[in-house]
Amino acid sequence: MRLSAKGHLAPEMWDIFNYSGIRQNIADALVATLKAFGLAAIGSLVLGVLLAVARLSDHKPVRWAATAFVEVFRSLPLLITIYAVWVGFLADYSMWALAIGLSIYNGCVQAEVLRAGVNAVPRGQREAAYALGMSKTQVMTTVLLPQAVRAMLPTIISQLVVTLKDTSLGFVILYPELLQTARLIASNTLVNGQYPYVSTIVVTGTIYIALCLALSGLATWIEKRGRRAKTGIAVAHAGAPGTEAEPAVDAPGAGGAPAGGPSDSGGIAKI
Amino acid sequence: MNVLLDHFPEFRDGFIGTVEITAISSVIALVLGIVVAGFRVSPVPPLRFFGTAWVTLLRNTPLTLLFLIFFFVVPEILFPGMSPFLLGSLALGFYTSSFVCEAVRSGIGTVPLGQAEAARSLGLTFSQTLRLIVLPQATRTVLPPLSSIFIALTKNSAIAGAFSVTELFGWQTLMSEQGYAIAPIFLWVAVAYLVVTFAISGLFRVLERNMEVAR
Repeated sequence: MRLSAKGHLAPEMWDIFNYSGIRQNIADALVATLKAFGLAAIGSLVLGVLLAVARLSDHKPVRWAATAFVEVFRSLPLLITIYAVWVGFLADYSMWALAIGLSIYNGCVQAEVLRAGVNAVPRGQREAAYALGMSKTQVMTTVLLPQAVRAMLPTIISQLVVTLKDTSLGFVILYPELLQTARLIASNTLVNGQYPYVSTIVVTGTIYIALCLALSGLATWIEKRGRRAKTGIAVAHAGAPGTEAEPAVDAPGAGGAPAGGPSDSGGIAKI
Repeated sequence: MNVLLDHFPEFRDGFIGTVEITAISSVIALVLGIVVAGFRVSPVPPLRFFGTAWVTLLRNTPLTLLFLIFFFVVPEILFPGMSPFLLGSLALGFYTSSFVCEAVRSGIGTVPLGQAEAARSLGLTFSQTLRLIVLPQATRTVLPPLSSIFIALTKNSAIAGAFSVTELFGWQTLMSEQGYAIAPIFLWVAVAYLVVTFAISGLFRVLERNMEVAR
């Protein structure tokens, strides 16, 4: 192995993780990552609901504005949005810049997911609700959205996994999250005349994979549970038009995007 | 407007860089993705295990971390002194290959089982069955998800800019460091990305129209 020839497998390289300082650094970075993720998760879900409702609105200007917002920010690289937010508005608050950038992009994706979910609720439900004399807001909040969220929960959680992975983009704006810290540790610690890139990457990579697998495990569990529950309403299938025949069971632990994405939203990609 | 006119050569280089890295890593992702999808449906358990591990690991690793691996670990083990452009394309290609693999695999799932059985009873080998019978039929269903995967790849290529590959994100940081207002820079970068992504979705629409498979 060339790794060991270069001294990357030497015990000293891995011993650095026994120092309390480095452990403390990694723990702090993990907290920073989770903080940004938590803010971004809440932000993207709130924004997602707002945008989805706006796109389904009866008022043309509202609908158009929401559609334009979603289309523009969904087709832009997240990195560019985060950087623009940071330079333009929040140069001194990198955590908020990261959280807001993540919320904008993922909010747009979540809005599309929710919209697909609302559209998948059988028409009769909405008509029945109107026939009972409910107002538009009541129909949306008590009949349509709960069913949309329930049907789309696995997809929503998969998107949260993507959000978690994307917190690592914080390195561009120098937010001290896990990856940025890993880079700092690796480039500031000199062991045997070498920088311990291999060992730090292995350690932080394991942490990321464990976090993501835990979240995708949750998504798979909810999906299985949802399939077992007898609600009487077919769970909305979020496949692209051509993939209805797709086998229902996805790969175990498949975290990212189920092939396709919500129907009638060309170019949506949860990667 | 001034930002663009004053620095048009850099902008053009960035745009070409984005297109190039997208094109090369698309090819890598497509080839690897189809091969790994073949592994995942193959009758050989170790290959299946390898395919599953590949997809699970790559899908749950942040792309940024993968870039770190390719820029700091791969040159140590394999060929030292590879260009950042090549390393970036490889990182992007490997990451995207896991998504391509899942799309292709679900496409294979839509081809009726009888087709593969008939091919096998005619005496075709596994790779012949996959190559001649199943994959051509799966192509049609795979195109829409592939189109969104490649659009995502275009967007992800921005990360390469943070790793000293010449592309549009590099232009954005360069311009804002030179003190231009962020809004017009953002606007031009946005327009450039929209051009690339619209080109990709247009290309796939044409492909879809031309590759219809009668079932």
